Amino acid sequence: MTDLLKLSGVHTHIGRYHILQGIDLAVPQGQVTMLLGRNGAGKTTTLRTIMGLWQASKGEITLAGMRIESLATPDIARLGVGYVPESMAVFSDLTVKENLVLAARDGPLDDTQLDWIFGFFPALRRFWLSRAGSLSGGQKQMLSIARAIIERRKLLLIDEPTKGLAPAIVMALIECLKEVKRKGATILLVEQNFFAARELGDNVLVMDNGTIVHRGEMAALAADVPLQERLLGLSLEAHQ
Amino acid sequence: MTDLAATDPLPKPKRDIAPILLPLALALLTIPLIGSTSSWLTLTVASLAMGMMIFIMASGLTLVFGLMDVLNFGHGAFIAVGAYVATLVLAPFAASIQADSLWMNLAVLAPAALLSMAVSGALGLVVERVLILPVYGQHLKQILMTTGGLIVAEQTLYALWGPQIIPMPLPTSLRGSFILGDVAIARYRVLAMLIGLAVFIAIQLVLNRTKVGLLIRAGVENREMVEALGYRIRRLFLGVFMTGSALAGLGGVMWALYREQVHASMSDDLTVLIFIVVIIGGLGSIGGCFIGAILVAMVANYGGFLVPKLALVSNILLMVAILMWRPRGLYVVTSR
Repeated sequence: MTDLLKLSGVHTHIGRYHILQGIDLAVPQGQVTMLLGRNGAGKTTTLRTIMGLWQASKGEITLAGMRIESLATPDIARLGVGYVPESMAVFSDLTVKENLVLAARDGPLDDTQLDWIFGFFPALRRFWLSRAGSLSGGQKQMLSIARAIIERRKLLLIDEPTKGLAPAIVMALIECLKEVKRKGATILLVEQNFFAARELGDNVLVMDNGTIVHRGEMAALAADVPLQERLLGLSLEAHQ
Repeated sequence: MTDLAATDPLPKPKRDIAPILLPLALALLTIPLIGSTSSWLTLTVASLAMGMMIFIMASGLTLVFGLMDVLNFGHGAFIAVGAYVATLVLAPFAASIQADSLWMNLAVLAPAALLSMAVSGALGLVVERVLILPVYGQHLKQILMTTGGLIVAEQTLYALWGPQIIPMPLPTSLRGSFILGDVAIARYRVLAMLIGLAVFIAIQLVLNRTKVGLLIRAGVENREMVEALGYRIRRLFLGVFMTGSALAGLGGVMWALYREQVHASMSDDLTVLIFIVVIIGGLGSIGGCFIGAILVAMVANYGGFLVPKLALVSNILLMVAILMWRPRGLYVVTSR
């Protein structure tokens, strides 16, 4: 399995804070790699650094063999990277349709793709012409994910998509992401919901204090309760 | 209802009409205070005309503020440059301007306004590339750079045209008034209102009916996410900056014709009004800017008539009152 994304010795400073302290990681093509860790470990900073929203102060980031650490965010996005931030960042003043029109950068909305998305998130069809700001939190998250998958992307960076959502919506998101994965997408997913992590993840990376402290298969971590407690300070069973 | 099934309709978004009612309420409140209906009508038309001109000048600045968080204290330079460029076209064709034919007047006036917009827009390109590009995200440096740019622009105009005030007479067909009963409505004010309204409608159409407009609205709300979708927002910003500069140039021509004179520091007082309009309207909000411009003009005109001694501070008082009511302006559209 080739690695689509690789980070080697990546450091990121935000102001005077040294957040990422030499990250080395690889995301294999066509797989879902979970990025776990306590709050403040540097997971969001890792995604933002890959996306170019914060500049890496040192190190190399390669996407499909191409160095991207010095590229601007729009250029990284144009290489086929989709980003779903933790805040969802839907455009509140725009309708659901307008949000997706902007996300479909390469042309008009594809009806087949839309129908496929509506299959997972019927609420988006219903509120097609409603302002995104008037949607509930769960519906905004659906829109945020839909925006990332409305066109085929090489790599999806998704930051805590299930945070604060009702169980029914979490299940819908998991099913959607499983289907995206079946279609061959490569995903780097930050997640605190261990049920979702176990359902989706092929591989796992655990972060602490701006470094990767564990890498392996998700199934192995899910089966090893003492390791979970050592790495994350809790066990998966406690968070299902 | 669950979020997933979404079987119930969304609550209808409430239309925030309170700001729209403000100018109406202000106009109605002043009727008994002014007493004479004809005076009230004259002041109201003057307010609407002045408001439209200020809106034209402020609309670009509010998008620049909202979209890129850039404090452009040099916006007034585009106003003065626009007015001066118009004199280059109008002076050689003085005979056509003084002709008693609307079409002959407009045949000179329209190219003058278009040239002013083109030159101001081109100057906007230079200012953005040279002065603003190096200081994105640094407010203090933006203030210093753009204020410096304004001083350089004013001194250049003095050097080229001299320190004297240049007369810019209204075309003959735009002089005088329409008489409705005992009310006289100046022709030029009607034209100013029509142009202002046309600019407002055009901006609304672009913002709401085109992909570029969607990008501008999205960028005002969250420019980082627009970039994460693959759009180069700085190019978009350059376009908005140039358009805003061109509109300031158009506003400069209209204001110069309104005052019938041009001078290098003509924008100094206007800049204060424009910033008040942008702040009370809400950064990045074209609708707020439109209402804010009308409010500022109404307060200046009604206030000047009723309490002349308060005229100098009336708009500051208006801004304080609006910000106490809505601390981020009439309409909040940015996430900052």
